[in-house]
Amino acid sequence: MSDVPTIEMRGISKSFPAVKALRGVSFTCSRGEVHALCGENGAGKSTLIKILSGVYRPDNGEVLIDGQEQHFKHPQEALLAGISVIYQEFSLLPERTVAQNLFLGREPMKNGLIDNKAMVAETQRVLGLFGVRHRIEPETLVADLDVASQQMVEIAKAISLNAKVIVMDEPTAALNEAECEVLFSLVDQLRASGTAIVYITHRMREVTRLANRVTVIKDGEATASFDHVPAPDVIVRAMVGRDISEYYPEPATSSEIGPVVLSVSGGTNAALRDINLELRSGEIVGFAGLQGAGRTPLAMALFGAAPFTSGTMTLDGKAVHLTSPRDAIRAGIGMLPGDRKAQALFLMQSVRDNGMLTARSFANPFGGHKANRFTDLTGMNALLDQMKVRAPSYEQEMRFLSGGNQQKAIVARWLALRPKVLIFIEPTRGIDVDAKASIYHLMRDLARAGTAVMMVSSDLPEILGASDRIVVMREGRIAGEFGRSATEAELMLAATGETGVAA
Amino acid sequence: MSAQSLPRPAAAKRSLPKINPVYVLVAALILAIIVMNPAFGEPTGYMNFLKRVTALAILSAGALYVIVSGGFDLSVGSIMTLTVIGSSMLASNDPNSTYWIIPLMLCIGAVIGLINGLVVSYLKVPSLIATLGMMITLNGVAFMWSGGAPRGYLPDTFRFFGRYNITDIPVITLLPVAVICLVVFGTILWWGMHRTNFGRMLHAVGDNQQAARLAGVPVERVRISAFVVSALTAVLAGVILGGRAGVSVDIGSGFELQAITAAVIGGAQLLGGRGSVPATIAGALALEAIFTLLNLLGLAQPVRLVVQGLILIGAVAFATYQRKRAGR
Repeated sequence: MSDVPTIEMRGISKSFPAVKALRGVSFTCSRGEVHALCGENGAGKSTLIKILSGVYRPDNGEVLIDGQEQHFKHPQEALLAGISVIYQEFSLLPERTVAQNLFLGREPMKNGLIDNKAMVAETQRVLGLFGVRHRIEPETLVADLDVASQQMVEIAKAISLNAKVIVMDEPTAALNEAECEVLFSLVDQLRASGTAIVYITHRMREVTRLANRVTVIKDGEATASFDHVPAPDVIVRAMVGRDISEYYPEPATSSEIGPVVLSVSGGTNAALRDINLELRSGEIVGFAGLQGAGRTPLAMALFGAAPFTSGTMTLDGKAVHLTSPRDAIRAGIGMLPGDRKAQALFLMQSVRDNGMLTARSFANPFGGHKANRFTDLTGMNALLDQMKVRAPSYEQEMRFLSGGNQQKAIVARWLALRPKVLIFIEPTRGIDVDAKASIYHLMRDLARAGTAVMMVSSDLPEILGASDRIVVMREGRIAGEFGRSATEAELMLAATGETGVAA
Repeated sequence: MSAQSLPRPAAAKRSLPKINPVYVLVAALILAIIVMNPAFGEPTGYMNFLKRVTALAILSAGALYVIVSGGFDLSVGSIMTLTVIGSSMLASNDPNSTYWIIPLMLCIGAVIGLINGLVVSYLKVPSLIATLGMMITLNGVAFMWSGGAPRGYLPDTFRFFGRYNITDIPVITLLPVAVICLVVFGTILWWGMHRTNFGRMLHAVGDNQQAARLAGVPVERVRISAFVVSALTAVLAGVILGGRAGVSVDIGSGFELQAITAAVIGGAQLLGGRGSVPATIAGALALEAIFTLLNLLGLAQPVRLVVQGLILIGAVAFATYQRKRAGR
C-alpha cells in the first residue's frame, strides 16, 4: 500500500441555505481497502459523496486524488479522474442494451460507425472479470435485468472506466440475500485488484463482512473513525449517539399470545402453493425467504389484492372470501406495502390527509372530511403524535418528510381503523436506525394490544430480532417454521432449500 | 435522499399562507381592463363580464373533478352543444317545457358521465381517448338531432338562467341570474371537492392510484363519480350558455380545452392530485379577462386561440418548473 491515499478529503464543510450539512469532515480511502461510511439518513454521507464526485463544491476544505488537489466543477471531471459513484437509483438507460450502457457517450467507432462488435467483446471481458459473464448477456436490454444484475452492470461500467475509486451508496438496499453474497464477493475481488472502495451502509452485517476501516458521520460531523472494524454496537452507538440496548423490544410472553385470528388452509394461486397458516392475536410472525419466494404474494392474497384461487381462509373463525383490499380492510385486515412511494404514499397530500384516507374511504363519501365514525382531525393528530411523526406541521405535504416519518404516518392510517391483522412488508426498508427501533416497538405495542402482526422482511437480523415466530417461504410454499431462537444459517438453509448441509 | 434536500426553513416557508398567483393575475387583468375601458368599473360592465364567464367557470370547476382524479374530460364541450340543441328541439316553443327539459338533460348528462367513467375505469381506455371519442359521438348526435341547422328556439323560461338580470338592486343595481348560479354551483362544487371525504379520495386517486386502491379507496367509483360531476356541470353550463347566447350548432366547441386551461391557470396539477375549485373559477375569470383585453386591443378570434394555446403550455411549464424547484 502506497503512502499517498487514493482519495483524501480534508476538513470538508458545506452549507446549504437552510442547513450546515458538513462540518470539517476528513476522510481518506486507499488502494485495496474498503472504507465503510456509516450514518443515519440525513447525517451527511450523501453530501460528502456528492462533493467527492463533483456534484457539489465544498465551502471549505480540499479534495486530493493521489495526492493532487482537485477542484471538480462537474461530475464528468470526477469520473475522468477515476471516481465512479454507484447511487441507489441507477443511472442506466433501461431501453438500451448492457453494452450500450457501458459505453454510453464513449462508443468505440470504426469507419464513422459504432463498432458494435468491439463494444460487445469489451463488455464480455469486463463482465468476465467478476464472473457474471454467464448471468448477464451484453446484448440484453437493461430493463429486462433484475435489480441485482443492473447493479452489476453499474459496477461493470465503473470498471470499464478504469475507476480508481468506486463509491457504493447502500448497494444492498434492493438485493436479496443470495444477490448480496454475489455483491460481497465482487467487492472482495475489486479490493484485491487494488480499487479503493467507499461503501455506504447502515447495515452492521455488511460493515463486519466487508470493511477494513469505518467512519461514522452524525449530524454533518465525522464522530468516530476506526482503523479496524469494532463491534457493531460500538458503531451503532456512534451513529445514533446513544445506547440502543432496547433496539428490539421484548418478545411476547406465552400469556400474551392469544387465539387464532386468521387462518388459511390450502391457499393457492398463481404465485402460491398450498399455504397453511395461522396468525394469532398478540403474536408477531416474521416471513423470511428469498426474493420471489412468495412472501409478498402471500401478503397480497391475505389482503385481497391478489386473492387465493383455491383454499379457504377464516377470520375470527368465520370463513371469508376477500377479493379486494376493500373487502380485506372491511374484514379487519390492514397492510403497509413494501414499496412505500409507489404503493402507500400520497406525496402531494398533507401528512394528516395521508393518515385519514382509509378512515375516509369507509365513511359516508358526502360526509365532512373532518370527522367520521373512525376518527376525526384531533384524533388523527393524536395518532400522529403517538407515532412520533416529525413534521413542522401535519398540514405539510407528505413529500417533505423523511422515509421513517412517512412510514410512521402510514401506520397511523391503520391505527385509526384498529385492524385485527396488520401486515407489514419490509417495514424498515430505507429507514434510519432510530426510526427502525420505533417501528419495532410499535409492532410490539400493537401485538400487545391484541393485533396479529405479520411482518415480511428480507433483513434476517430484523426477522430474528422482532418476531415471535418465523415462517420461511420458498417457491410459493411454506418451507419451514422456526421459533425466535433460530439462527440466520437455519433460515437461509430453509429459504434456499439446501437442507442438511449445515456447516 | 438525505436531509439536505429538505431543508427546514424551506419547509417553514411553505407552511406560511401562500396566496395562489391566479388571484393576483385576475386582479391585475381586471385592473388593466378598467384602465383601458373605465365603463368596466360600472356594475353593467363587470356584471356582464361575470355573466359571460359563468358558463366557463362552472364548467371548469366540474372538469377539475376529473383533472384532480388524474384524467381529462374532453367531452364537456359536446355535452354543452347537445344540451342546447336538444333543449331547443324538445322545447318547441313551449315555455312550460323547461321544467322537464332541464331535469331530462341532467339525466342525459349523468348517463354520459357514467359511460365515460365506466369506459375509463373498466375498459381501461385512457380518459383522453375515451372522452375524445365521446366528444365526436355527441357532436354527431347533436348534428343529427338538429338536422344540421338549428331549429326551434329556447323559451324564455329556459333562457332565464343565462340571460335574465334582476334589476333595481341597491349598490350593484343589477344582478344577473347567471351570477347567482355561479355562486350557488361554485359553492356546491367547492364543498364537494374540499370539504367531503369524496373530495379527499378524489385527490388521493389522482395522486397515486395504486396506493389509493391499497388504502381501501373505491377507486373505480371515485373516478366514475368525477366524470358524472363533470358531465352534470357541462349540462348546467350548456343551459346557461344557451340562455345567454341562443342556439347554434357548435356552441360548446372549444369549451373543453378552455376548461382545462382555466384549471391549469388555477394551479391544478394535470395528471391529478392537486387542484382548487375557487382557484379554477379564478382561472376561468383570468382566461375571460385575457380575451376581453384582446378584444379591447382589437385582436380577433384567431389571436384568441393562439393566446389560449400558449397559456395552456406556459401554465403547465410554469407549474412543472415550480414542482421541480420544490424537489419532486
